[in-house]
Amino acid sequence: MDQAADAPHITFETEPARYRHWRLSVSGEVATLTLDVDPQGGLFLGYELKLNSYDLGVDIELADALQRLRFEHPTVRVAVLRSGKEGVFCAGANIRMLGRASHGHKVNFCKFTNETRCAIEDASENSGIKFLAAVNGTAAGGGYELAVAADRILLIDDRRSAVSLPETALLAVLPGTGGLTRVTDKRKVRRDLADLFCSTEEGVRGRRAVEWRLVDEAVPPSRWEERIAAAAAELAATSDRPRQAEGVALPPLAKSRGPDAIVYRHVRVALDRPAGRATITVLGPEADAPATPEAARTAGFWPLAMARELDDALLDLRFNEPRLGVLVLRSEGDAARVLAHDALLAAHPGDWFLREVRHLLKRVFKRLDLTSRSLFAVIEPGSCFAGSLAELVFAADRQYAFIGRPAGDNRPPAGLVLSALNFGAYPMANGLSRLAARFWGEPWRLDALRARIGESLPAEAAEEAGLVTAAYDEADWDEELRLVLEERASFSPDALTGMEANLRFVGPETMESRIFGRLSAWQNWIFQRPNAVGEKGALKLYGTGVQPEFDRERV
Amino acid sequence: MPDGMLVDYDGLIPNNVGLNQDARLRKALETWHPGYIDWWKEMGPEGFQESLVYLRTAVSVDPKGWARFGYVKMPEYRWGILLAPAVEGRRIGFGQHKGEPAWQEVPGEYRAMLRRLIVIQGDTEPASVEQQRHLGKTAPSLYDMRNLFQVNVEEGRHLWAMVYLLQKYFGKDGREEAEELLRRRSGSRDAPRMLGAFNEATPDWLSFFMFTFFTDRDGKMQLEALAQSGFDPLSRTCRFMLTEEAHHMFVGETGVQRIVERTAQAMNAAGIEDPTDVERVRALGVIDLPLVQKKINLHFSLTLDLFGNEVSTNAANAYNAGLKGRYREDKIDDDHRLLDSTYPVLRLKEGRIVEEQVPALSALNMRLRDDYVADCRAGVERWNRVLEKANIPFRLTLPHVAFNRRIGEFAGAHVTPEGEVVDAASWAARCGSWLPSAEDGMFLEGLMRPEYAPGRYAGWIAPPKVGIDGKPGEFEYVKLHMA
Ligand SMILES: [Fe+2]
Ligand SMILES: [Fe+2]
Repeated sequence: MDQAADAPHITFETEPARYRHWRLSVSGEVATLTLDVDPQGGLFLGYELKLNSYDLGVDIELADALQRLRFEHPTVRVAVLRSGKEGVFCAGANIRMLGRASHGHKVNFCKFTNETRCAIEDASENSGIKFLAAVNGTAAGGGYELAVAADRILLIDDRRSAVSLPETALLAVLPGTGGLTRVTDKRKVRRDLADLFCSTEEGVRGRRAVEWRLVDEAVPPSRWEERIAAAAAELAATSDRPRQAEGVALPPLAKSRGPDAIVYRHVRVALDRPAGRATITVLGPEADAPATPEAARTAGFWPLAMARELDDALLDLRFNEPRLGVLVLRSEGDAARVLAHDALLAAHPGDWFLREVRHLLKRVFKRLDLTSRSLFAVIEPGSCFAGSLAELVFAADRQYAFIGRPAGDNRPPAGLVLSALNFGAYPMANGLSRLAARFWGEPWRLDALRARIGESLPAEAAEEAGLVTAAYDEADWDEELRLVLEERASFSPDALTGMEANLRFVGPETMESRIFGRLSAWQNWIFQRPNAVGEKGALKLYGTGVQPEFDRERV
Repeated sequence: MPDGMLVDYDGLIPNNVGLNQDARLRKALETWHPGYIDWWKEMGPEGFQESLVYLRTAVSVDPKGWARFGYVKMPEYRWGILLAPAVEGRRIGFGQHKGEPAWQEVPGEYRAMLRRLIVIQGDTEPASVEQQRHLGKTAPSLYDMRNLFQVNVEEGRHLWAMVYLLQKYFGKDGREEAEELLRRRSGSRDAPRMLGAFNEATPDWLSFFMFTFFTDRDGKMQLEALAQSGFDPLSRTCRFMLTEEAHHMFVGETGVQRIVERTAQAMNAAGIEDPTDVERVRALGVIDLPLVQKKINLHFSLTLDLFGNEVSTNAANAYNAGLKGRYREDKIDDDHRLLDSTYPVLRLKEGRIVEEQVPALSALNMRLRDDYVADCRAGVERWNRVLEKANIPFRLTLPHVAFNRRIGEFAGAHVTPEGEVVDAASWAARCGSWLPSAEDGMFLEGLMRPEYAPGRYAGWIAPPKVGIDGKPGEFEYVKLHMA
């Protein structure tokens, strides 16, 4: 599974008609997402997805289904997650797949599944799509982690079905999809019981699972369907989604992928392999903002279309271009039009569609925060880093702005414009806006900037306000930029990943930041250790029946 | 006398495990006992709890004479805890601990795995009693009724045996599991038994004989594999259970054999030459051979599911840990570690059944199943000898292992009894000729009329060649006490 140079690229686009592992059905306010994994449908060769275990391909479908529930089914108020297989809900990530995968793939896979679980919680909290996990069989590892992403968990009490996090006992790794954190932070399981739960391979059934708060209800099979329907109705009653609305269909992205470029309508990615760098250019709106929320309601609405493309590009780069360690973020277009779109997005908090677009932008920016590449924003003449699009600048590890205009260039000079949306609409995983995080030690700067919403801030003013790392004029620009990027490329990629992740997330922790932080700190470390992946490690030997041999030294 | 040969038969619970010296265990078992008796009265043989049944009771573990016969009311049966005698200096015979002394206590790291093995085995024991509880009312003879009850009380004792291990070696968890064993119910929607075949109905005596032939034989294979265990108390328990299990399979094998014999006789007497002339055969009040074949198809396929997935991590782990061996592990001539060898497994690949070599450790379920199939085949051949002798042009066969499966490689595949992969529609169209239909069930139900007179047999089954415990033909195996 290590990717050869000529390996086909992983693609992230799908649609319900093409799903191999999930079924999405909608009936009134209730959507049902049925997991019925095709064992032969693995993304790579060499393993079978038995017992509803999953690989990246299964999760790509789930992520797609969530997106469609948001945009295409605005009147769905509750989604029921259940299994199409008897006796098993989901056995978690496929172990043989993990055993064969490169470390990089494992990390990216875990990150993506985490983002998808967080997207479930985001949909519940912010979009009024409540989730009910109907655990109609054993839910082990990632299977239980999927269930705990939901608002409520019903566990069938047939005296067989258990929920478990067997990773420690069975595989010498940790639950990689937020299991430990959600058990304590979300389910609020007492820590000693959590310890017992996480070291009991066979897990916990029925009444005890309820007593320990691992699930909300244990339901006998004879009342199963009836309870699901009732619990779904209870959850639906807490939703604020519209009773009547037409969805917006999400068509396939217009994407072309060549050896040196990935091109969408609003996003272009230039792949510079010798330099180990990709340059992402976001193109601003081609037209003025729609006049009304109703007029905006199409898949072509620029913020929506751009966000979907940028999201796809980030995933593509993460999985398919691991050697491109630096992402240069650029933009081209008309800042006023970006701001006009922002104004529409901000003006109608109650409009379901605009709300979905804002939260999509939020998630895409979070995806960028969590992308383990060096991010450099380059603000040049003709760029349109305004409002929402300026979040790309603030997500970057450093920002460079061009002072003035090169001779003969009559595009507008480089600069930044803030909109109201920069002050809270797009929180990072730690709950802070990127500006608040940036000015964690200088809160007065944040207050001062609030007063300058809508004001055009040319390079030097932006530098003065602390919004960019450095501003250079034409004389220095090329050379400075070259040096900065070449220096970056010379550092250890591992050290950079760790350093950047540390510096990006200042201040408070949230459950979400803890999930990602602990994933990178602990799981990734354990995934590298011989006790897991060595020739005699538990992950390598899983399924062979051979006992792993552990290095007993505590680190 | 070797250690453990002496049976204490005086206390509440006959045993050779020194129960008198173990106050903690005695308390646990005595606490469990009333629940067990309640369970037996509620779920044991219905309508015959007050009857005197001529049963054998294990009173010793000496292979030369371990049982004694006598009349007993079933709720008063002396369910004991009996382990095969300890083998001096026994060592672990396989897996990574091969050659180390056998464990007398549970190794901490294998506690959960061992407990699971014991609970799964334990759950099957009361299940079959529950499945068979209505059969007394339609017994074709007192002889058969007595055999049914003998099987039932011994399954009850097997439950005791597993409960003993749980309570002695697994602390509080073990006690909870022991309670759960009494709470699950065969066929219950809310609290079913753990394995599929143990939740199926046993509505008639042909089903009962098939069950004891096929499904008890799975029990035998599992016990044989556990008898190899490096955990010595489990090994000793299972070895003793096997002596009882042999009788269960005898009941099944001879039961079907006597049915086949009777059908052949009746067909010959009536001059019916075509065994597939079902209507005429049934008119004679005997069971047609095609229906016997359908029942074989059903029970064989249901039982194969009990072996689990062909390629199984759990089985590999249990073997490597030294907890569950292969059938007759001690007679096999190899390294008993299986780290480098392979074993052929049938798999479904692109719509075809192909044989594939897989690491032997992960194919242990398959291997046990293969041994099982061979064991079944020998029994079926003995049935065919009856037909051969009677000149009936019909032979019973085992269906292909891929037929009608719900667990493992062939779950959900559409495979004929001959092993041909077909599409769902043609399978559905033909399944009525492969598996018993509702009409077949009604025919059997109509046939099931009790015969309670000593020495007499229902018209669809031949009398046995010899009686139990050397008793003559008219012996009153059950003194009925009908309320
Ligand atoms: Fe038994
Ligand atoms: Fe038995």
